[in-house]
Amino acid sequence: MSSTFLGMPAAPPRSPYGAGNLRGERTFPEAAAHELGNDQLRANLHRATRTIRAKRLAVTAELPDWEELRAAGAAVKNEAMGRLPELLEQLEAKVTEAGGTVHWARDAAEANALVTELVAATGSREVIKVKSMATQEIGLNEHLESQGITAHETDLAELIVQLADDRPSHILVPAIHRNREEIRRIFLERIPGVDPGLDSVPAELAAAARAYLREKFMSVPVAVSGANFGIAETGTLSVVESEGNGRMCLTLPRTLITVMGIEKVLPRYADLEVFLQLLPRSSTGERMNPYTTLWTGVTPGDGPQDFHLVLLDNGRTAALADPIGREALNCIRCSACLNVCPVYERVGGHAYGSTYPGPIGAVLTPQLAGTHAAKNDPNASLPYASTLCGACYDACPVKIDIPSLLVELRHQTTERTGRSAERLAMKAAAAVMGRPKLYTTAQRAAAIGRIAAGRDGKISHLPPPLGGWTESRDITAPPRRTFRAWYASQEGRDALAAAAAEHPADTEMPEEER
Amino acid sequence: MRIGLFATCLGDTLFPDAVRATALLVARLGHEIVFPPDQTCCGQMHVNTGYQREPVPLVRNFAEQFGDASIDAVVMPSGSCVGCVRHQHPLVADRYGDAALRSGVAAVRDKTYELSEFLVDVLDATDVGAYFPHRVTYHPTCHSLRMLGVGDKPLRLLRAVEGIDLVELPEADACCGFGGTFAVKNAATSTAMLRDKLDHIASTDAAVCTAGDSSCLMHIGGGLSRIRSGTRTLHLAEILAATRTAPYVPLETTR
Ligand code: SF4
Repeated sequence: MSSTFLGMPAAPPRSPYGAGNLRGERTFPEAAAHELGNDQLRANLHRATRTIRAKRLAVTAELPDWEELRAAGAAVKNEAMGRLPELLEQLEAKVTEAGGTVHWARDAAEANALVTELVAATGSREVIKVKSMATQEIGLNEHLESQGITAHETDLAELIVQLADDRPSHILVPAIHRNREEIRRIFLERIPGVDPGLDSVPAELAAAARAYLREKFMSVPVAVSGANFGIAETGTLSVVESEGNGRMCLTLPRTLITVMGIEKVLPRYADLEVFLQLLPRSSTGERMNPYTTLWTGVTPGDGPQDFHLVLLDNGRTAALADPIGREALNCIRCSACLNVCPVYERVGGHAYGSTYPGPIGAVLTPQLAGTHAAKNDPNASLPYASTLCGACYDACPVKIDIPSLLVELRHQTTERTGRSAERLAMKAAAAVMGRPKLYTTAQRAAAIGRIAAGRDGKISHLPPPLGGWTESRDITAPPRRTFRAWYASQEGRDALAAAAAEHPADTEMPEEER
Repeated sequence: MRIGLFATCLGDTLFPDAVRATALLVARLGHEIVFPPDQTCCGQMHVNTGYQREPVPLVRNFAEQFGDASIDAVVMPSGSCVGCVRHQHPLVADRYGDAALRSGVAAVRDKTYELSEFLVDVLDATDVGAYFPHRVTYHPTCHSLRMLGVGDKPLRLLRAVEGIDLVELPEADACCGFGGTFAVKNAATSTAMLRDKLDHIASTDAAVCTAGDSSCLMHIGGGLSRIRSGTRTLHLAEILAATRTAPYVPLETTR
């Protein structure tokens, strides 16, 4: 038998093009312009982000060691990313030891096929689901549907989104773009047997959802969940939630299938001490979330008797190989960066075209799925979806420096694009600004812009590509004289001398009188 | 002290009044202004748009112009340009520069200050003898606030101004939507952010909206001009430079 040397393993793959939910159909500016026309969305986002910002600030300010906690969170995540292969193998061994089965999925297609197979093996045509970003990322519900399996979302907001055939727009509050009246109508249309007199008060809406969901909890024998944390040391998995519907899914069915991104692993059980403080305070602005479920493999006679853990890569190894991606993988999906982001607040989550919206989405999505998988890849516009205002970095519980990562991603994007009109313009600008003589000549040319201005000295229309500026802003005509020209003039010298003479030390004995 | 003044390309070319005010203010406080005539641009726009090779000559020029050891501090009326010098010059030098550039950048970076930092931290001055009898609101630009962490230094300087009627800007720390090329690449979103900022400014009834960065002021001022607002923008330096003997007069006439 001959053996073939296959060489070094190929670079780990990004999430393949066209699979899952890591790429929109339009570029960010196009999608954003569309979303900006949605007044309901803007009003909801405005109200919700403000409420949550205030709550988060209150519960983070009250902890004397909040900054130390953030530093500890960042340190633990950095350690975990540095030891990822070893920790994952440890996690696999521990879960297996405790009676669970571990599966490895390279991408969305593999993970979807795995879960489908596992569900099919139980004979059930239905599954109940705990809110999970990983399964949203791989498009699991759509895949199950195509295989004749119905997935019921049980998180209230996810349920609303699912019943409306919509997509989530926020990591934590997936239906943030809907109001109560819309929800009432969705329930009336889509929940079988709902009281036709249903009111839009929150308690009634919640009761209608509860009645519907309870029936599912009691009858569906398979649940699919994500995981917030997976502990390598013990093989323990954890889901953190507010409603208790997750707890129902994690404890009632016979079979539990958990899909977890490989970056969710933590080295030690004790690390939860840090993250169970950081996460609820950053995400919902609560001191502690109402339900924290921890489970380790299978416990005979208690809870699911058949447990499967699907470890999902889908571009994560590729991200890990890049310093930008490695830092972005530290994200614990608290959504604090979304809630403080002025761009997200205006355009909402759908504009980002990915399961992961907002500032971290603008970094993570390009890292997981790439930015140049096709011509005019919408993901290439994401790194520019930020003013670099820095509010996200201040809020992040694991101190991910998102603005710097965005600047680095922009650099990667331009390096990959090669020649472009923009690069030529940047080159030209740098060439002029790098040569003082050319620069002063260009400044004189800029002053010619005065003729574009009206009598009031304002320019209110510019040709493309700068036309976007003058849609909402005037430009003041360039001044007659630059600063350097003033500085070199007699007037400038006199003015500076006069200012210097005002300094007390000098005014006591002005030059002329000395 | 000998103070190197960096005008910034935007200030030098489009907003010379703010740079002039910075120069006059520092001179009035008893320090010598040095203006290296071959200075140009810090390269912030290049780096923030994703270009790091192109601005190498700019980074080098900046380090050379202000490297002179007899210059005690480099001051500029722009928080974002200081942010660029502090955080992005080392990055560019590390990646695309040589050893000489790296050491040059490190030396200049450590003596570079945004105007309010220079006044409060280096000169230990909050009352700079200014007189400005107008209603003013202050917008803390994002780079000053978060990247440099200037905190309430600009406000402390403003509170000490004689005659000023300083009113708080609601949601002051919200970004105005400028973001350099963001304002053009994502014009619709930038405009939505600007609208909210303009509404908040209008609610203060201030005659002047001030900030420490001409770039954000260009954006906000352009918006105020478009809606024919009664509020105008003015750089923080122009307020601090105004005195009883040389009060602020709108300089449109000199344009
Ligand atoms: S990047 Fe930070 S703030 Fe944003 S969701 Fe992740 S952990 Fe939370």
